[in-house]
Amino acid sequence: MPSSTAVEASLPIQSEMDLAWVRQHVRQAAAQLGFGLVAQTKLVTAASELARNTLVHGGGGRMESAAVTRGQAHGLRLVFSDEGPGIADLDRALTDGYTSGGGLGMGLGGARRLVHEFAVDSTPGSGTKVTVVCWVTPPPRPYGGL
Amino acid sequence: MPEHQAAVSEGTSARQVAEFLYRHSERIAQRWADEPLFRSVFTVSRDEAVEAARAVAEALARVAESERVHDTDATGFVVVREQLARMAAARSRAGASMAQVSGEVEALRPPVASLLVEECADLPADEVREYATALTVLMGTLRLVVLDTALSEGQALIERQQLQLLEVATPVIRLWDGVVAVPLIGTLDSARSQVVMETLLEAIVEQHARFAILDITGVPTVDSLVAQHLMKTVAAARLMGAECVVSGIRPAIAQTIVHLGLDLGTVVTRASLADALAYALHELGVGIVAPASGGAGAR
Repeated sequence: MPSSTAVEASLPIQSEMDLAWVRQHVRQAAAQLGFGLVAQTKLVTAASELARNTLVHGGGGRMESAAVTRGQAHGLRLVFSDEGPGIADLDRALTDGYTSGGGLGMGLGGARRLVHEFAVDSTPGSGTKVTVVCWVTPPPRPYGGL
Repeated sequence: MPEHQAAVSEGTSARQVAEFLYRHSERIAQRWADEPLFRSVFTVSRDEAVEAARAVAEALARVAESERVHDTDATGFVVVREQLARMAAARSRAGASMAQVSGEVEALRPPVASLLVEECADLPADEVREYATALTVLMGTLRLVVLDTALSEGQALIERQQLQLLEVATPVIRLWDGVVAVPLIGTLDSARSQVVMETLLEAIVEQHARFAILDITGVPTVDSLVAQHLMKTVAAARLMGAECVVSGIRPAIAQTIVHLGLDLGTVVTRASLADALAYALHELGVGIVAPASGGAGAR
């Protein structure tokens, strides 16, 4: 598949300029995988929030993107990793309106609502890894839980 | 060839090359002036090209004299660095690629090399080879210096353009008496939104504006930071007595804002710039009326 080379990437997140690059890449990758305009916009916005967290709270890091498939469904997985101080209280960080950086406090929780799958792996003192997945086709929705 | 078989040491051959370059700088300059690199940059007069070529030849001689033929940071290059940067910039403005410029610098080597061979016709062949090698290395270093200065010029240009973009991209437009609009285009980062806020607040004072329209049709992504910047701008404008209307919210952006959980309830929003203007005019008590049916047909 020729598109996989463009979808798969590892981008640095070290400055505001890199955020623009991340957004552009996610938009192109999502368009290539067949995401609709609304889904593209949601994914790009989520990526923008998470990349900014990586930059502001994690002191910089990387974003890796890859195409994923599960059964019939295919989608885009984005992994944001940094080696910053980590998140001490994840529940609180996910609460809308809580901020440690002077923002609106909507980034992490908002990003979770914009994607289908969302996982945070954070160890205080050694960094944070946020993994999100968005499916192009309606996601295989497990009834009764999430 | 292993080092111990060399007819002369590296240092000696570098100094020999230096002496050769000094001795023949005029002849070399004359030959170089006809090469594309100098000929195409110094189009006005040949003397100018010769003079520039002589400066380069003498710089190379100084570098060779200091036995630093490998070193792009050799002090000998300092005096011609600016000139080389100007030449490379002139070539790239004329449409030459980096590779072409590099090739043109490489083209300076054969004329000098043939001169060297002529000059050393009486010397043993392996000695001549040593000198030729030193000269080749030196010319290779010159090529690197040219590319290096050209690249750093490009970097400086990009930085200047970024600053320009910041200024250009935020015009404030007067739409009506008391109504100004800012069409926002591209990424709304902290630096941009600071400029937007400043220019908008100044325009509000200058134009005695009661309504300010922020049109975000050209903003591809509205995340929480962009929303925060918008709300800060709206709040600041309100303090100055102007009401802000945010327009140009596309359907995909609207849905994203809702999912993100952002509350823009305190901000007046409209779908398009035209709607926002209509709202502002209505609030100002100004109406736009279609011409009476009799007047429209009259010629």
